[in-house]
Amino acid sequence: MSFLLPCPNCGPRPVDEFSCTGEVTVRPKGSPSLRELTDYLYFRRNVAGVQREWWCHRLGCEAWFTAERDTRTNDVLSVEVPAEQ
Amino acid sequence: MRLPPQPGERLDREREVELAFHGATVRGFEGDTIASALFGEGQRVFSRSFKYHRPRGLLCCQGTCPNCMLTVDGTPNVRACVTPVVEGMRIEAQNVRGSLDHDLLAITDRIGGPFTPVGFYYRTMIRPRRLWPLYERFLRSVAGLGEVDKHRGRAQRYDVEHRRTEVLVVGGGSAGREAARRHAAEGRGVVVVETDPARIEAGNGFEVVNGTVLGIFEGGLIPVDAGTLLLRYRASHVVVAAGAVEQPLVFPGNDLVGVVLPEAVRRLVGRWSLRPGERAVVIAADERALDTVELLEQAGTRVAEVVDLQEQRVREIAAEGRSGRLASVELDGRKVACDLLVMSGGRQPAYALLAHAGARVDYDHARGIFVPDDLPDGIEVVGAAGGEVGEASVPAASYNGAAKKDKCFVCVCEDVTDKDMKRAIGEGFDSIELAKRYTTVTMGPCQGKLCHVPSIRLYARENETDEATIGTTTARPPWQPVELGLLAGRPHEPAQRTSIHHRHKELGAKMMWTGTWRRPHSYGDPAGEAKNVHDALGVIDVSTLGKLVVTGTDAAEFLERLYPNRFGDMKPGRIRYGVLNSDAGRIMDDGTIARLSQEEFYVTTTSTGAGAVVEWFEWWNAIWQMDVEIVNVTGALAAVNVAGPNARELMTRLTDLDVSNESFTYLDAKQALVAGVPALLLRIGFVGELGYEIHFPSPFGEHVWDTILERGADLGAKPFGLEPQRILRLEKMHVLVGQDTDSESNVLEASMPWIAKLDKDDFVGKWSLEHVLERGFREQLVGFEMENGVVPLEGGQIVIDGRPGGRVTSARWSDQVGRAIGMAWVPPDLAEENAELTIKVNGLVEKARVRLRPFFDPEGERLRS
Repeated sequence: MSFLLPCPNCGPRPVDEFSCTGEVTVRPKGSPSLRELTDYLYFRRNVAGVQREWWCHRLGCEAWFTAERDTRTNDVLSVEVPAEQ
Repeated sequence: MRLPPQPGERLDREREVELAFHGATVRGFEGDTIASALFGEGQRVFSRSFKYHRPRGLLCCQGTCPNCMLTVDGTPNVRACVTPVVEGMRIEAQNVRGSLDHDLLAITDRIGGPFTPVGFYYRTMIRPRRLWPLYERFLRSVAGLGEVDKHRGRAQRYDVEHRRTEVLVVGGGSAGREAARRHAAEGRGVVVVETDPARIEAGNGFEVVNGTVLGIFEGGLIPVDAGTLLLRYRASHVVVAAGAVEQPLVFPGNDLVGVVLPEAVRRLVGRWSLRPGERAVVIAADERALDTVELLEQAGTRVAEVVDLQEQRVREIAAEGRSGRLASVELDGRKVACDLLVMSGGRQPAYALLAHAGARVDYDHARGIFVPDDLPDGIEVVGAAGGEVGEASVPAASYNGAAKKDKCFVCVCEDVTDKDMKRAIGEGFDSIELAKRYTTVTMGPCQGKLCHVPSIRLYARENETDEATIGTTTARPPWQPVELGLLAGRPHEPAQRTSIHHRHKELGAKMMWTGTWRRPHSYGDPAGEAKNVHDALGVIDVSTLGKLVVTGTDAAEFLERLYPNRFGDMKPGRIRYGVLNSDAGRIMDDGTIARLSQEEFYVTTTSTGAGAVVEWFEWWNAIWQMDVEIVNVTGALAAVNVAGPNARELMTRLTDLDVSNESFTYLDAKQALVAGVPALLLRIGFVGELGYEIHFPSPFGEHVWDTILERGADLGAKPFGLEPQRILRLEKMHVLVGQDTDSESNVLEASMPWIAKLDKDDFVGKWSLEHVLERGFREQLVGFEMENGVVPLEGGQIVIDGRPGGRVTSARWSDQVGRAIGMAWVPPDLAEENAELTIKVNGLVEKARVRLRPFFDPEGERLRS
């Protein structure tokens, strides 16, 4: 892994400056069943293709953003800072 | 021994250089390499081969083959043919028992038998299995390359530099130079990387870097070995002008000393004015190799025979030697005496770097070479690397006849013969990738530069198919061997020091690491320091605590969602202890949360957790988008905890604030001037005595520390370190996150159920904690007292019915309690006051009793006093 990731604030930077918490997941609402809970906590789609992920420019501006990355090629198709509501 | 000055020679004959070769003095000139200096003094054998210990001499002379690898000043596997001489170098042969000329282990070449064919150690040395370590040690000692001196210590410092360029050109030959000029003329920033600085001059709008490209990685990352410096280049466009590699021919005796590739002749004569031999035979598949004839004659070598493979067909070639040195060569049965055999099987484009980048590689039948094709974006190839290698005839897979002759090497690095390859095929290794792993062909120091094509050619012939069907093996970095030290780089040991650090040193503290922080372990007497906290007044630097300020209209709600505790009902000026959980219910970190005003909270974390907690907070806020500002003030603020019965008296001397127990009670947070410095005071008690944590701007660290010790001297104020703090907190059964908990622990089983307010609507980790309650506890964190005074090891085992059933996480001797105390994870049915535990200590089993309440001051009266 030595690809460049375009930080929305800092531009393309080596990927080792970032931390990644994996695919964007949806936190269940209300009181989830055990199955819903384990799905959310432990199961990931793990696609060979484009997926949305959370990244943090840990050794840079420290901002969190989501990126669409092709897991086969490490091409980053888009990055997005979560919009303020 | 030198020829008269040759045109373009690299020697400075005015400047002699002396080297020590096995103690003997060797003289060369400035401009020599180690190999040329030794060759000039008559040395012909430079190494012994990997497996058979056959004598080996100069073969490629350009840093490709393993033949001239020597140990230089303690560094093994130095390629002598490309390493410039330096006055006073100490040079030694490697992989030798005895001397280069008389190696006792050369017997492996003669007896052979069951101990040398390919893969023999997979078959003959696996039984009995328990003897493998013995076999392995033996094999390692008799086969291989140089040895690393493990006791040598760090001889060299390596560094890493990150660089960027628009265009990076690999190779400074004519094609590389031309490409560099072209790109520079179009206004791009160009860097040319070239191993031989004499080949190219900077200017013309490009920069020249002396080094070796090791590979092409994702994102245009190109590591360049520049001696003790690793340059990590990023380029948007890469031009590969790596040239081509002259290929050896495969025939019996093709490794004898005196059998060389054409480049060896070019360099020996052209650069170092040395005569490569007295009587030569040249067997050449291309024009370039034939050109060496003229050079040889110029150097006074008699050329006895020239075989132009483009014109002439030869079936059998067999070199014969005496004591491993070439004496004659037999060409289809006709014997020609010679001491030099120049062989060339044509040139193979150096495509490996392109393959790293993702290029396809195709076989060109007409020319018998592999050529790169289908280059990825941003990669360009020029010159010979792309296939411009001129006319050549395709050599035979081997020139080995039926008659029993000497060994016929496909791979000189690993001593793999044509017989080994055939045997592998016979054993069913029908894919070249498998055969490579089995025979180790292409896996030696040359990384396939000299054996990749010959091995595929032989494989194709033996399988009665063609080279295109066999295909290539995967090319992987590094393209050239690299010292591990260079990849490891400079050892990075970031150390964080508090602003009071130097005072601790002056006070004779023994320092220790906690994460990246340097902290006092103790000031020499852990037990005495702990006692002083109980009896009088202890002072500890807690500046390492992570410190965050969380502000905003949603601050309280934000923390309510992150922590299992409640914060909405907290009054400004109050403090709560909090434990951070993940959504899986696992403990991440802990600390105190003080509400400074309606919309402002001051959060502390563990010493090592600050970074992770900030990231965690920011991540959730990226999701929740609440009106919250998170500021990490860990480095900006210092903190000192004063604890003990005399703490209040000290505080009255340091501040005008009313510190009476009535107006400044336990878990209050107040802002005041302390020793004249604006500070935040937290009345908390990690160590179990009346205490105040003073947080203030870091620059005043020494001032506040000094003032406390000075004004508190008559109150018995003395510093205490981390070790006494650990004893004190253990007496209180205060959980140390990361010590008593691990990545599986949750607050319920860690015996802090009061933390989790499960009646809250939601918080991170709530559902998982509910699930823990539902499924029941699997283990529980409890305290224990040893029945005798033995202190078990942390991590020690709790034995139940002869089996491991739990583990000790903390254990210390406490003078205050008068016992060895600790904490441990035990099965839930043992989590009862007074339950008996058996703990393994030094191989013996010792008894202990479970304790569920703090060992010291269980009601917390002293904290609140």
